[in-house]
This record gives sequence, C-alpha cells and structure tokens, in this order.
Amino acid sequence: MAKDVAVIGVGQSHFVRGYEGSIRELAFEAFREAMQDAGITQKQVDASIFCSAPEYDKQRSPAGVLAEYLGLIPQPTFYVETVCSSSSTGVKIGYGLIKSGLHDVIVVLGFQKMSEITSAESQERMGRGADIQWEAPFGTMMPAYYALYAQAYMAKNGLTHDDLMNVRVKAATYGQINERAVYRKGVKPEDFDPKNPEAKLAAPVALPLRVGDCCANADGSSCIILASKKKVKELGIKKPVYILGLGAASEAVNMAARPDCAQGIKVAKVAADVAYKMAGAGPQDIDVAEVHDCFTIAEIMAYEALGFAPVGEGKQLIREKATYREGKIPVNVDGGLLSKGHPIGATGGSQIRTIVLQLRGEAGPMQVKDPEIGLVHNIGGVGLYGNVTIFGR
Amino acid sequence: MGFEKFGRKSFTAMTKTAKFVDFLAEGKINGTVCKKCGTKYFPPRADCANCFSNEMDWFEMPKKGRLETFTTAMYAPFGFEADPPYTMGVVDFGNGLKLFARLAKDIKPEDVKVGMDVTVRTLKYDDGQLSFEIAKA
Ligand SMILES: [Zn+2]
Repeated sequence: MAKDVAVIGVGQSHFVRGYEGSIRELAFEAFREAMQDAGITQKQVDASIFCSAPEYDKQRSPAGVLAEYLGLIPQPTFYVETVCSSSSTGVKIGYGLIKSGLHDVIVVLGFQKMSEITSAESQERMGRGADIQWEAPFGTMMPAYYALYAQAYMAKNGLTHDDLMNVRVKAATYGQINERAVYRKGVKPEDFDPKNPEAKLAAPVALPLRVGDCCANADGSSCIILASKKKVKELGIKKPVYILGLGAASEAVNMAARPDCAQGIKVAKVAADVAYKMAGAGPQDIDVAEVHDCFTIAEIMAYEALGFAPVGEGKQLIREKATYREGKIPVNVDGGLLSKGHPIGATGGSQIRTIVLQLRGEAGPMQVKDPEIGLVHNIGGVGLYGNVTIFGR
Repeated sequence: MGFEKFGRKSFTAMTKTAKFVDFLAEGKINGTVCKKCGTKYFPPRADCANCFSNEMDWFEMPKKGRLETFTTAMYAPFGFEADPPYTMGVVDFGNGLKLFARLAKDIKPEDVKVGMDVTVRTLKYDDGQLSFEIAKA
C-alpha cells in the first residue's frame, strides 16, 4: 500500500441545532481547530475545497466567500457536492490533486447550516431529495426510501425492530460521551416502547422506521487538511495518518432501476471493494470504523457491504455487541449520525476526523484499544453515491 | 398536455417523455424501447444510454408483478400534507423492469406483504392529476 497522502490536521465544530452564526463563522470553527492541530499557517496551504449540499445554502457559490473568510485567498478554491458524502468526495479529489503533484497541502472543509432555511422549506427540499421527475410526485422523503430498504431487508433476513433499536441504543451510548454530539441523551428500550406514552422514539415516521431510527439534523462543520509525503516531513508532522485506499461509486437515482432492496446499498459494496483493493487490505484488517448510519437500518446494511458480517447476518454483530468499543470491530463509537448528528456536507469530514483521532490514540473517552487501520463509509443521498476510505498510521 | 399533470404533484414541466401523461389518460402505463438496440426503459427515457440513439418507441408495461418492498409514510413532504398515511412500493415484473408508485387506498395496510402478487393501473385524482398505482392482483 502506498503512503503518499496524509491527513495532517482535523477539526470539527460542535454539531448543534440552530447554530448562532453565519456559514462563514461556522466554517471557521472547524478550520481553526484543524489548522492549529496541523500547526500550519494559511501561507502553507496550496488550495481549498468546500463541500456542502447546496439546497440548504442561501449563499451562492460559497467556496470563494468561505476561502476569503478563512484567509485562504488568493489560492485556488472550488466546491464539490455529493449530498451527504460531499466531504468524503472532497478528500478524494484532494488526494488526487496532491498525488498528481499539482498541490502539496489542501484544506477540505465540509459545512452545513441546515437551519439556514425554514423547516417548511427543508421539508420541501427533502421531498425532492431523489428523483424529482419520476418519484417525488408520489410524495417521497428520505426516511421513506430507507424504509423501502428496511422492509425488504427485514423480510428476507429476519432482522427485527429490536435489532434496529439496538443500533440506536449503541449510538446513544457514545453520543453521551461525545461532547461535540447534538444528541447527548442515552436511549433505553423503553424509549421505543409504543405502549409507553413517554416514548418519543417509538412514533412511526415511514414504516418500519420510527423516530428513533432516524438521525438528527444538525448544523456543523468539519475540516480535514491533507499533505504530500514530502510536506509531512518538511512540516515535521508528528502523527500523520495516511490514506491507504479510496473507493467511490454511483447508482441509479430511481428505485425502479436498482437491484432488489433486500441486497442493501449497492454503491457501498462497490466502493468498499475498490478501497480494500487499493489498500491491499480486507475487512479483517479494520480495527475501527465509521459508517453512514443516517438510519438504523443503514448501519446493519453497512456491516455487510464492508464485509464485517456475511450477507444477511449483519444483525449478529449488534446482537453480540461486536460493534461496541470493546467488540471485535468497533463501529461509530463517536455516536454516529444517529446521535452525533448529520450536518450533510460536514458529515464525511467528521467521520474522518474520528478515525484520525482514533489512529493517533487521541479519541479520549471514545478511544478504541490501539487501532492501526480505520475505515470511513459515507453514503450520499439514498445510496446515490458511495464512498469508502481507508486510513492507516 | 404537459408533464405538470403527472403524479400527485409534479416538479417537472417539460420533458421529451411528456407523452407518458397522454398514455396515462388512455389508461396505459408505458415505458420506452430503443428502436435501434431494443433496450427497454421504465421510467421512460428519451435517449438510449446503451447505443446513443434518440429514436424511441413506446411499449405498455406488464400488469402483473410482485411487490419487492413497501413503506407507509406517516408524514409527508411540503405539498402532500393532506395525504398521509400512504403506502409506496416497488413492483418487480421479473423481466428486468420495475416500477415505483403508491399502493391503492383500497389495500388494507395489514394485508400488504413483501413478495405478494400485485397489479398496476392508472389513476386520475379529483384535481385532474394523472398517475398510476399498485393494486391487488
Ligand atoms: Zn439503444
């Protein structure tokens, strides 16, 4: 495996509801932390890449505006978008620009202020989240799409509502100890009990998914600073974390043009295979992972796409608590999207930050024991884009 | 007739496949088939990604299929607030063709099962919008 491009700095804002500031101020929070982490100044940055889902932004073409606010002009800057996986895509492009020799140090900044628009506007945009020509006219929304996957998958593989609930219980276990998470509360089985009038998480959203199966919207930013091997030396970076493998894939937007939902999200499997091959590694080599648990079902399907469990057997990992911090393959021990929150454009960078901190041994109360190789699985839209990135010390 | 007539609420006014809506008015759910290479498409497409041809014919979709999956939406996006709960699903016709739509209101939620036999039919809403739906086989 080639160790040509490293992450030298990571940053993340608190993920919150209703951030009290503008997008440039939100972006600055993650940027400041990542720059101080890397110990560099703006003069040492060659280019910047900004990542978000544009339907939430009022600012048109935000890259130039944010680059100026972060002090990154006159260096080149541009914008990339793959909805929820925008910042993973940004990192992939940054890797290419460094590997090609065009640049040596690149700032990848993901941000989203979902509260920038009203909840009515947000509802309308979410309804148009997939195929606006052929599916939105039926009244689709994001939870409904993942519910289609959940229904088919549960029928085929014997996955139960309690299994889904237990994914949420695990996420909340770590959301409680992650001070950057938007949802800091613990979750108990009683919270999912439809007979319990206090059980807010039990309310159905898009059956079989309930409120507790869905991640929290949030405002937030993340920043990943990438550097060439040469710059890692020159800058005297003490704990570089290298990108070992990158995989990405795309899929038909319309459900009618996809394989059977019971098989899970296809782009995840395609991207994982590419990333593993590039890294010269396999599922058995992964010590800690971040997966895109926008809904509880998504985490179970991710276990299988990534090869952590055989096809149809993802449920066993949650039943055996194998994906807890002390388990054989810890997954989302920062609370995941379910508890940490999902500020669309910032999510991939936040997942990468978690893995980098884990590999450096700096994850605090969430630290897994001595991991060497970590993986990030970040899905855009409803399996429209898949990104898997593998990191090592 | 333009494409704004399609579905409960359309977000697309113009498409080269707008004739789809005229067929709905005739009670037909049609896909497109490439005149050059024979590739069939549903939803319909104006261009063939297989051979680059833009010469398409219309063909009528099969009626009988099996319900691959479904979900019942308890909340709806902006513009559909009056509708919940409603059930949406994917029908697999078994010949490489599938279709996404709502399930007919006359199917009881407790009767909906993954893998059940279903049929598809056109539908006209009170406001004149044209669509298609999944019905009991
Ligand atoms: Zn053709």
